[in-house]
Amino acid sequence: MAEDQKKEVDGYSGVETTGHEWDGIKELDNPLPRWWLWIFYASIVWAAVYMVFMPAIPAPPGMDGHTPGLRNHSERANVHAAISELETSRGPMFTQLQQAADAGGPAAIESDPALLNFALAAGESAFGDNCATCHGAGGQGFVGYPNLNDDDWIWPSSFDDIRATIRHGIRWEDDPDSRFSQMPAYGRDGLLSRDEISAVADYVMALSDMIEPTPEGQGAGAEIFANQCSACHGVNGLGDQSIGAPNLADAIWLYGSEPDQVRNSIWRGPYGVMPAWNERLDETTITALAAYVYLRGERAGDSFADLRDEMAEELADAGR
Amino acid sequence: MSASAVKLKTGFDAQAGIVAAIFVVGVLWSLFAAANGADAAIRTHAWVIGLGFLVGLFSMAGVYSGGGVSIDKTQYNETIIKYGVIASLFWAVAGLLVGVVIAFQLAFPALLSFPDFPELNFGRLRPLHTSAVIFAFGGNVLIATSFYVVQRTCRTRLAGGVWPWFVFWGYQLFIVVAATGYLLGITQGKEYAEPEWYADLWLTIVWVAYLLVFMATLMRRKEPHIYVANWFYLAFIVTIALLHVVNNLAMPVSIIGARSYSAFSGVQDALTQWWYGHNAVGFFLTAGFLAIMYYFIPKRAERPVFSYRLSIIHFWALIFIYIWAGPHHLHYTALPEWAQTLGMTFSIMLWMPSWGGMINGLMTLSGAWDKLRTDPVIRMLVVSVAFYGMSTFEGPVMSIRAVNSLSHYTDWTIGHVHSGALGWVGFISFGAIYCLVPWLWKRKGMFSKALIEWHFWIATIGILLYITSMWVSGIMQGLMWRAYDSLGFLEFSFIQTVEAMQPYYIIRGLGGVLYLAGALLMCWNVYKTIKGDVRESDASVKPQSASIAAPAE
Repeated sequence: MAEDQKKEVDGYSGVETTGHEWDGIKELDNPLPRWWLWIFYASIVWAAVYMVFMPAIPAPPGMDGHTPGLRNHSERANVHAAISELETSRGPMFTQLQQAADAGGPAAIESDPALLNFALAAGESAFGDNCATCHGAGGQGFVGYPNLNDDDWIWPSSFDDIRATIRHGIRWEDDPDSRFSQMPAYGRDGLLSRDEISAVADYVMALSDMIEPTPEGQGAGAEIFANQCSACHGVNGLGDQSIGAPNLADAIWLYGSEPDQVRNSIWRGPYGVMPAWNERLDETTITALAAYVYLRGERAGDSFADLRDEMAEELADAGR
Repeated sequence: MSASAVKLKTGFDAQAGIVAAIFVVGVLWSLFAAANGADAAIRTHAWVIGLGFLVGLFSMAGVYSGGGVSIDKTQYNETIIKYGVIASLFWAVAGLLVGVVIAFQLAFPALLSFPDFPELNFGRLRPLHTSAVIFAFGGNVLIATSFYVVQRTCRTRLAGGVWPWFVFWGYQLFIVVAATGYLLGITQGKEYAEPEWYADLWLTIVWVAYLLVFMATLMRRKEPHIYVANWFYLAFIVTIALLHVVNNLAMPVSIIGARSYSAFSGVQDALTQWWYGHNAVGFFLTAGFLAIMYYFIPKRAERPVFSYRLSIIHFWALIFIYIWAGPHHLHYTALPEWAQTLGMTFSIMLWMPSWGGMINGLMTLSGAWDKLRTDPVIRMLVVSVAFYGMSTFEGPVMSIRAVNSLSHYTDWTIGHVHSGALGWVGFISFGAIYCLVPWLWKRKGMFSKALIEWHFWIATIGILLYITSMWVSGIMQGLMWRAYDSLGFLEFSFIQTVEAMQPYYIIRGLGGVLYLAGALLMCWNVYKTIKGDVRESDASVKPQSASIAAPAE
């Protein structure tokens, strides 16, 4: 072979070339590195063994299933087992929580530090994955989404009321038990002129001392308030939880406290919606969430970390 | 031209007629779609596409009024490779820049969200980034180097007359169509295969032309054997054609509409997609760039390839095993478990075949290790192979189900991809470009060796920042997702895991800035080299003549 004559020995390595050359590139005729070959073989053997133990060979066309392997492994079965194990481990406490809540309300939960600890942990977990999107990871709220840490409630705020709100939502039209009320869109629907909205906004903002009273506000504004707003928000603007009419005389503003934001709220008549969670969460989780939210509001000012520390102390005091 | 016996230019031949006809059809379809398109997106997009085809027709008129394309068989076609090098640099900067932007969008989502400009939001820029770096930058590097290497190692001019040019410009048009489509919100929602049916169809035409040009050149070779780099290029071209066509089988809603529906549904669609997605990595980003490695490392180091036998065995093992590994992207999903086993076991078996390329790349340096100290281009090529070895070990590890249950859906995957993309694909490409520019433009060397050093070190630090921050972030994310408290509740809500990742997102963004800065240094260096400002002291390359040498003896 002519090529054999072109084979040469590389001076540095002492290895023969293959005799070919492309654009100055030659190739040495080194053997496969032993370690490389043996690891390659080992990985093939390992793969074959793995296939014996694990699901590996599909059934022929027209038939279902596959070889289960010696371990009879099924991830679906594993998931079911893991979930039921978790449910079994948490089940008794959830049952206890539900019974305590139904029978004695939050006082019954608070009286048992272990139960309280469980309710807060369960509530925090459910809150983070379901509520935090709108209400914030710390429940601090955003414009249009109420702060749940304070003690200022738009709708009825007993423990059972909060539970009902979570269950059925607010203005959730698919649920007849949802909480409903509607403020008119005074500007958009032409009920009030821009000047009138401005005047009544001045009156409302003066109620909570956010601005100095203005002549327009105390004159035309007060009159409009009495005619249009007081039916729901009360003559003093203190609101009415039973119909979800917020207190206008405090410093807490769901849709923002800037003058433009207040005027905008009157103009468009906010219609905030919260879903009915009983479509997605079970009753015990809703109970835990209600306890979590209720206790946050009750212990206004505490961060959740403080609350947990407090719990831990109470647990220690109770000798648990 | 004198009345020479040897024909140096094609004139307007039948081939040119076919290309012109394709362009005319493209213009007509675009006009029709722009006027009557089934949806608003296509009515905008068709203008871009039509403009591309019109520019193609005008360019052809210019070229053919000058006698057609050159077919001088005594010379290599180097002009097209010069175009390819410039295009590669342009798309590298574009793709890396978009990458930096989206990295900071993740770090500062409120600051860098633009509700009034949907085309600037993450969901549209992310495919723009991935397509720009993989297909625009990587693809242009592959087309340019394959056209260079196949000519040199076959000792023949690139075949096909007008067709290589059709491939080059047709591919650029595909990139522009894909990219503008993403910005307009046109996507079929398949990762790394986002372009809609009409862009896919166009790429199929271009890719078949690419395959034919490459094969025709191989068949005209004046060497008895086909060099290993060309096996890898051919495997890359053939397999990408197959993957692209099958994964994009779809029924358009209208032939003048942007929307189509996949031929597959449910888990079959997912499996097809990841068979495609994984082998886009395997055959585009691995086989194709191994071809670059097999030419440029021995050429630059002036050493013979370490082992011919290893190159044969690891080539066939790689292409046989890679194609089955896709299901490891779908562990713990609705994919039947036997298929998950298949994906995992083949990924493990893939480890050594991948490392065969690393061994051949590194061991080729034996006898020339001193060049690591003196030649930053060699260093870039070798570090590239080291990153290749690292990520092709990390990949099989991550395919193990137990590891995957932690790593999947986390930033670890992003880090893994980027050690391959920035380290392996990026560095081997930059090294090849630093080799090619002085060879093609007939300069004594690059304008500044110091700038190459700077590029190397800045980019290396950038890569390290990127992958280490993503390792930490990804593993932390995976651990936080699965953390339960003693009462059996999840320890962290999802948003808490997002908040925890922010510092790492900032570090990752800085890594990206460094990598981009390195690429800009390279562009400046290439610009000065082409301009001719090469200092005597930086002269270091052997000239590569454009004339095709007669066979030795």
